[in-house]
Amino acid sequence: MTARKEFLLSLYRKMLLIRLVEEAIADRYHEQEMRCPVHLSIGQEGAASGACQHLLATDVVSSAHRSHAHYLAKGGSVRAMLAELYGKAAGCAGGRGGSMHLLDLDAGVLPCLPIIGTSISTGVGAAFSFKQRKQNSVSMIFMGDAAVEEGIFHEAANFSSIKSLPVVFVCENNFYSVCTPLEVRQPQRPITELAQAHELHTAHADGNDGLAVQAIAKDAIDLARNGEGPSFLLLDTYRMREHCGPMFDQETGYRTDEEYNEWLEKCPIMRHFSILKNEINWTTVDDKAFCQAIRDEIDAAFNFAINAPFPAQETAGLHVYAK
Amino acid sequence: MPNDNRTITFAEAICEATDFCLNEDPSVYLIGLGVSDPGAIFGTTRGLYQRYGDERIVEMPTSESALTGVAIGSAVLGQRPIMTHQRVEFSLFAFENIINTAAKMRYTTNGKLSVPIVIRLIVGRGWGQGPCHAQSLESVFGHIPGLNVVMPTTAHDAKGMLISAVKDDDPTIFIEHRWLHSTTGHVPKDGYEVPLDQTRTVSTGDDITIVASSLMTLEAMLVAQVLGEVEIGVDLIDLRSVRPLDMSQIHISVAKTGRLLCVDSGWTTYGVGGEIIARLAESGSDIFRTPPRRMGMADYPSPSTRALISEYYPFPDQILAQCLEVLQLPASQNDAAKSAMEELQKNRRVDVPNADFSGPF
Repeated sequence: MTARKEFLLSLYRKMLLIRLVEEAIADRYHEQEMRCPVHLSIGQEGAASGACQHLLATDVVSSAHRSHAHYLAKGGSVRAMLAELYGKAAGCAGGRGGSMHLLDLDAGVLPCLPIIGTSISTGVGAAFSFKQRKQNSVSMIFMGDAAVEEGIFHEAANFSSIKSLPVVFVCENNFYSVCTPLEVRQPQRPITELAQAHELHTAHADGNDGLAVQAIAKDAIDLARNGEGPSFLLLDTYRMREHCGPMFDQETGYRTDEEYNEWLEKCPIMRHFSILKNEINWTTVDDKAFCQAIRDEIDAAFNFAINAPFPAQETAGLHVYAK
Repeated sequence: MPNDNRTITFAEAICEATDFCLNEDPSVYLIGLGVSDPGAIFGTTRGLYQRYGDERIVEMPTSESALTGVAIGSAVLGQRPIMTHQRVEFSLFAFENIINTAAKMRYTTNGKLSVPIVIRLIVGRGWGQGPCHAQSLESVFGHIPGLNVVMPTTAHDAKGMLISAVKDDDPTIFIEHRWLHSTTGHVPKDGYEVPLDQTRTVSTGDDITIVASSLMTLEAMLVAQVLGEVEIGVDLIDLRSVRPLDMSQIHISVAKTGRLLCVDSGWTTYGVGGEIIARLAESGSDIFRTPPRRMGMADYPSPSTRALISEYYPFPDQILAQCLEVLQLPASQNDAAKSAMEELQKNRRVDVPNADFSGPF
């Protein structure tokens, strides 16, 4: 396999893994066994996958409530994630956190924190520790368009700037905070201008174009690793399912069919598939086998999670304190 | 130890503890607005910037919310930050990170990660500081599982408990009363640890138990002294830690005296004294010989003018009055105690920590 083909397929694999995991969660959610809120990333796979493509195992990512894509793109364990959603002891947080508290320390996924803006500050703190401990690692922080409305973003961006910390802020703009559209929450100016005011390097890309995302992310990661300070990447994307839950929500009327269908056409997976077709003669037969291998892995992870034991009631009060 | 009788201030003790930890462990750093400024956080950080430089003594932007998250994020990956705010109230911007992130990290990671952070919060009082610079919020922090909440009284405990807090793997809210900074005590020069989970018995007696913390312990000591002069014995217990709450000595003491007065540094409603009384009541209905009492700040914000604060804080004469109501002594003993207190407090002004104090904060 050529290096280019390997690269394109590894990016594709990340996107597909996210899509297929999320669809499987949506398909099984009605069984009432994953009894925690889920904020699915369907539609936003290109942004997460592209951003993580050039991170090293020693780099870390932070995220918030909609974190499945980031966790999976950074290499988090599918089994531990699904077991967490099922509330099992083998879950990445032992069933104590649910979907909004994913972590995988081996993969460099710091604990996701579900209150908007919080993990921006702790992610900058991770970068501060890298600088203090002279570790050449990068802290990538995923956030949404709503997070720039929080004061903590500006405080964290300011600190990362004055200390020239190895941070990459990745702002996925999906145009809604829950169901409230961007234009009623913020003035009509590019979000990148906020970051520029803090003297962050900025770049803007189509978040549903995984190749475009990985290109600007690579530049930002290189800057961070070379001690040239933090960057802010703005990625336009779109959430295809409801804010929280497995369903589509078109009937509720907060977004138009026209807008929705436009983004359906911009599906990051379909887009990458056509790149593969053009560049490496990828066929539907290749694709079917490729998808099936991922599906098999996901099915095995579901079986593991479903059959795993629950934590014992007597463990509920453990780990409040170290001793 | 040969240097055990050396006398230094509470503020110097805090500084020595910080110096000890910085010197001992390269992962310790100090962060706060003013840690390297001329005031040096009321002298508690003096000289540290010159000794350790700006990588270890970190001036911070006025961003309490995010910088608490930064300190937490660094602590998760192995650093041991000491964060300092010049007033308790400045930390209120960081409640989200303190309650949701620091206090829950160990729990929500199933024991994989901890947040060894110390947040020093200073309680103001007097010289007109007013409603937003003079709050003692230990019961608010004490409500949260996952936090240690301590409030030492003596210079000795300040040094030993700060060192323990830095070494502890869990987040510690370290509450210092501004009026304690200038008090002095015997403090060993070397580093030492004082446990974060134990009360300290200040005086012993059979007649009444007083549980106090921080500055209120010093006020209660005057009451114990005066009652001693009329042959009434006071078990005075310095709480030292609000969370965890060490009930062992309190329980033994009240079982002996049957009488209890809790003197809180904060408001009484949902306060520390209420929690102590509830726990004793739960342990058995016959422990109290007389109904337990609690005191604290009056149930309104702290006014700025000195004209309005003489009933705001529990002053020694008011603490004494509560004790006398509980004790029901003969009139002669009662009056003798009151006179002794009047004599002791005759030169006291309500809005300054000591006669030398001339403002502003």
